[in-house]
This record gives sequence, C-alpha cells and structure tokens, in this order.
Amino acid sequence: MQLPSYPLPDARGRYGDFGGRYVPETLIPALEELTEAYLHYKQDPRFLAEYAYYLREYVGRPSPLYFAENLTRHLGGAKIYLKREDLNHTGAHKINNTLGQALLCKRMGKKRVIAETGAGQHGVSVATVAALMGLECVVYQGAEDVRRQALNVFRMKLLGAEVRPVESGTKTLKDATNEAIRDWVTNVRDSFYIIGSVVGPHPYPMMARDFQSVVGEEIKAQLLEKEGRESPDAVIACVGGGSNAIGVFAPFAYQEHRPRLIGVEAAGHGAASGLHALSIGAGRKGVLHGAMMYLLYDDDGQIRPAHSVSAGLDYPGVGPEHSYYAEAGLAEYVGITDEEALEGFRLLCRLEGIIPALESAHAIAYAAKLAPEMEPEQVIVINLSGRGDKDVVEVMRIMEGGAA
Amino acid sequence: MTTREAFAQARAQGRAALIPYVMAGYPSRGADLELVKQVLPYADLLEVGLPYSDPLGDGPVIQRASEQALQQGIRVADVAAFVQEIRALTDKPLFLMTYLNPVLAVGPERFFSMFKEAGVNGLILPDLPPDEDPGLVALAQGVGLETTFLLAPTSTEARIRTVAPYCTGFVYAVSVTGVTGARDRLPEGLPELVGRIRRVTQAPVAIGFGISNRTTAQQAAQAADGAVVASALIRAHEEGRGLAEVLREVRAGLEGAAGPVH
Repeated sequence: MQLPSYPLPDARGRYGDFGGRYVPETLIPALEELTEAYLHYKQDPRFLAEYAYYLREYVGRPSPLYFAENLTRHLGGAKIYLKREDLNHTGAHKINNTLGQALLCKRMGKKRVIAETGAGQHGVSVATVAALMGLECVVYQGAEDVRRQALNVFRMKLLGAEVRPVESGTKTLKDATNEAIRDWVTNVRDSFYIIGSVVGPHPYPMMARDFQSVVGEEIKAQLLEKEGRESPDAVIACVGGGSNAIGVFAPFAYQEHRPRLIGVEAAGHGAASGLHALSIGAGRKGVLHGAMMYLLYDDDGQIRPAHSVSAGLDYPGVGPEHSYYAEAGLAEYVGITDEEALEGFRLLCRLEGIIPALESAHAIAYAAKLAPEMEPEQVIVINLSGRGDKDVVEVMRIMEGGAA
Repeated sequence: MTTREAFAQARAQGRAALIPYVMAGYPSRGADLELVKQVLPYADLLEVGLPYSDPLGDGPVIQRASEQALQQGIRVADVAAFVQEIRALTDKPLFLMTYLNPVLAVGPERFFSMFKEAGVNGLILPDLPPDEDPGLVALAQGVGLETTFLLAPTSTEARIRTVAPYCTGFVYAVSVTGVTGARDRLPEGLPELVGRIRRVTQAPVAIGFGISNRTTAQQAAQAADGAVVASALIRAHEEGRGLAEVLREVRAGLEGAAGPVH
C-alpha cells in the first residue's frame, strides 16, 4: 500500500490561512522531528507493509461498502451506500489513525503514548493499539465525561491504560486536550502524543488525514466494482474535529470532477439557541490547540463550549483542512439538530438493522433530506463512521424521558 | 522607564531583575489592584496576565486563577482599564501576557493599540512562535509595543536563531520542559541554555517557570538578567500568605548573583 500525497498542506503546515503550529516553543522541535519522521516513514516500504498488515489482519479492512437497499427504497431517490467503518475493530474509523501513529511512535523509539478523549472512543482506540504494541498509555478525559462514560473508562483500564480525569474548565474534551498537550510539553522527550482527529499543530492534521484516507481510497475501488465508476455523486460524513470526513473527502477533493462533499456538523438545539457545535456554520477564524481553524468563541476570544447529543461532535473547533475546504468551496457544510440525528438513528435501526453511532446518525439524517431530491441513477456514499453500542444508554434515556 | 533601563538599573544594584506576575480580575475585580500594590515595591518590571479560557502553556495554579477571573466576567476592555490603573501607580515597564485568540478576536491592530494606549510596554504570547506570523509581530512593533517570545530547554540552535531576533523586549527563557508552576529547584542546564541565547542576541534574558523561592531565584540570577515569579504568588494568595513574603525571599536569591551586564 501507499499513503497518499495531496497538494496541501504547504511546507509550513498551512491550508490557505488555516493550520500552522500555534504551540508553546518547547514543542516546536518535537513537531519538526515528528514531521521529518513521518515524511520519512510514509515512504518506507517496511513501515507501509506493517501498517497494511495490521489494517487487514487486526482492524479487518477493507470495510464493506454496503448498498442500503431498504433505506434507498424508503427515501425514494439516489442509491445510498454505507461505508461500514462501524465494523472495524473497536467499532469506529478512529483506529485507522491510532494504528498508524502508534507504529510511527514505535519507529521513533518512544515508549509512552498520551491521548485525549471525549466520550472515550479515541481513548479506547489508543489504549487498544498501546496494548498491542506494548506501549505505556495515559488518557486524559474530562471529569464530567469520566462520570458519564463509565463503561469506556473501564474498557481503557482493562486495556492497561491509565485514565486521568481533568477537572479544569468545562471538564470535557476541550480541557482534556489542553491537559494532554501540557503532559506532552512536560514529557516531550520520551512521549508521543496521539491526537484523535485532524486537529492540532502540523503535522497532526496531515498525518491523521493520510491515515484515514484509506477509507476514501477503498470507496473508489469498491464503487468501481459495484457501479462501474470511482466517484459517487455525493459523499456525506459527520464533522466534529473532522477525521472521518477528511478520510472520505480528501481522496476526492483535489480531483477535477469532484462529487458533492457534504460535511454535517452538529446543530444541537439549533443555530439560534447557541447550544451547538457549528464551528463552520457559526464560528470564526481563530486559534485553538495549535492550529488556526473555524472556532466557536465570544467577542473577547474566550472559547465557547460546544453542545451536541453526540459526544464525538461536541468540540468547539474543526480541522484546518475542513476550514480551508469550506472557505475555498471544495466542500459544503450543513447542520443537523439533535432531534434530526435521533430520527436518523431510528431510521437506520429500523430499516437496515444497523445501530449507528450518534455521530454517524447526523450523516444519515442529512442523507434522508438529500436523497429524495436526487435521481435514482445517482449515488450517495455515507461514511458510517462508528457503531452505536456506546450510545444506546443515552438514546434510551432520551427516548424514555430520562428513565435511565 | 524603558525595559533596558529597568534591567540595567537592577544590575547596577547588583542583582537580577524581579518580574512579578499579576492577573487582571484575580482574585476579583478591584482586589487585583491590591495585589499590584503589594508586588510593585519589589518589581523591576511587571507582567500583567489577561485571563484566557484555554491556557495550555500554564499549570494548574494559573489555570485556576484564569477561571476565577473569567467567572468575574472580566472582559478585554476591563483588562485595558486595569493596565491604565497600574500605569497611574508606576512608570515601571509593563508586559501583557495572554494567548493569541483574544488578540485575533478583538482584531490585532485594535488590540495592540488599545494596550499601547493603556500603557503597556510589551507583549508576551506563549502560543505564538513568532515565525508563525511575522506580520502580526510587525504590527505589534509598529504600534510601539516591544515583543517577547519564549525559548525553551528543547530549543535547537536553529530555533534560537529564528526566535531571538523577534525579541525586542527581552527573551523569556523557559527554565523547565513543562508548563508554568512553582518548583523547588530548577534544572541544571539553565546557564547552558542562556549561554546559547546570549551568543545570538544582546537583549536581556529573563528566566520564567518554576521560580518560587531563594534557591530557584539564585539559580535564575546566576544564569540570566531577570526572573519571572507567577504561580508562586498566586499560590501564596490562595494560601492566605502575604505576597511580600515570597517576593522578599526571591529578591534575596536574586541579589549578589549577578551575571554579565547586557
């Protein structure tokens, strides 16, 4: 296999105005070293062979591109395919990236990995690869999330990771990320920070994108086999930080005939309510966690907490490459409310017998709006980024009015 | 008084310069100025913090203080007013310390002008390596602000050569590989780091992070021209101790340990 080469970022880690390295000076040499190591190993046949081996034998790739016939018939428009990232080991797309970064960590001779996590999906994924590779693992999680996600906390502990609750700020993902960066600043010489999305300072957004691009590349090959063409008419993916979306957008974004690329942000209680995660839809250019990106903040630049029913989308920023796509018009970004996402969740359960992650349910919900407006010979691919087992308790609580 | 004069004056008195840190809005609006009055007699320069929601270069003490200040509803304009109040009390150099996003939110030109007019001499932005946005640095310098950037024990020769020329105020040498917070001792490599910096720049070098007592102050003074004391002061206030107690001890450590004059 090969890792892709895209025209962006430039040598300074920029996607137009976005990206860069806005971090304390202590980290700059480590980021330079990491960039150099990554660019070296992405050309190294043995590194690539090892990555391909684990993707196939451990993650279970390629994931199926499943024709959702019932959903297609129900909606009465374009043909809908689901890219089944929910069937990966650990139940989501996250592991494509964590596996790549853990292999890189080993090559760089580091013995300890640090990660941040919100609901715990990325944390579980990092704890998993750390167990596999024999690495010491520390996961920072907001104290509020530790309380709400007891099962994932226990999973991480089973896998041998240490989970450190973060009591500062909003006690959620944003603050867990601050704390992970602080740990990295302190232990930069012997630790590797595995960031969970296409955010953070260069080269993280680039690395995470490259490792996630396997998803989009598989779609091209699978669609060629099933439909006789590489490109669908529309690709839909949910966007928090944006790693699953970039994995299915980047392989199409820079080609001449682009499908519609549609990123679905969490509109929470609606744009007007102020309780949402519409970083592109309602944010402005700003700097958080080392990169310039679209971001939610007040008139004084203080970061505003995001809100979504889905913990994985509950982040006040969005990766620099998405920020660039939005500004350059390479992709469109729309919002789906909590309520609409829950409807999408139910729809996929009932019609296809698949319980999606609440994150992915946002993409389903938008496809349900779009498909009926398209022609039957047109094709939509939805990135079904994760499975919903983790969400059933929360959904039960909502559906049964707080009974859980 | 200019920044260079402040460092030179301390040196003439046979000690390294003492740079205490105060945060606008901490412990509350109004009471912040009381802390300023406590630290000013010991200060050669003063660092003034503009609290930020996500201070990722700071340890738990300054994080807590930032949260407390923001809970008081302190706004950027209030911080400028606070600086004006300090300026009415002293002509010592004032350096504003904050993160980049408040600057971007207000608009860099407006932000820089606002604080220049309020009486700030210079600016410290720990999440802005200067070569990330030289235009922004030029804008700050253009309105007459000095700029100070951080160098760290991990900084390579190439980084030092890149960053030092942007430091028109002083160079902020980070003592430890880590975030802000009081330590009992500083790492041994400090003189080596400062030596590498001095080969590249004539600007004064101040040590920050970890300075809390006589020992750490001595270590800083043996290596450099000044020392920043931040978390130790906030912690002293949290514990109900007088700030003067910490400052007297630090000042004693800074005396009689003078390095070369710059």
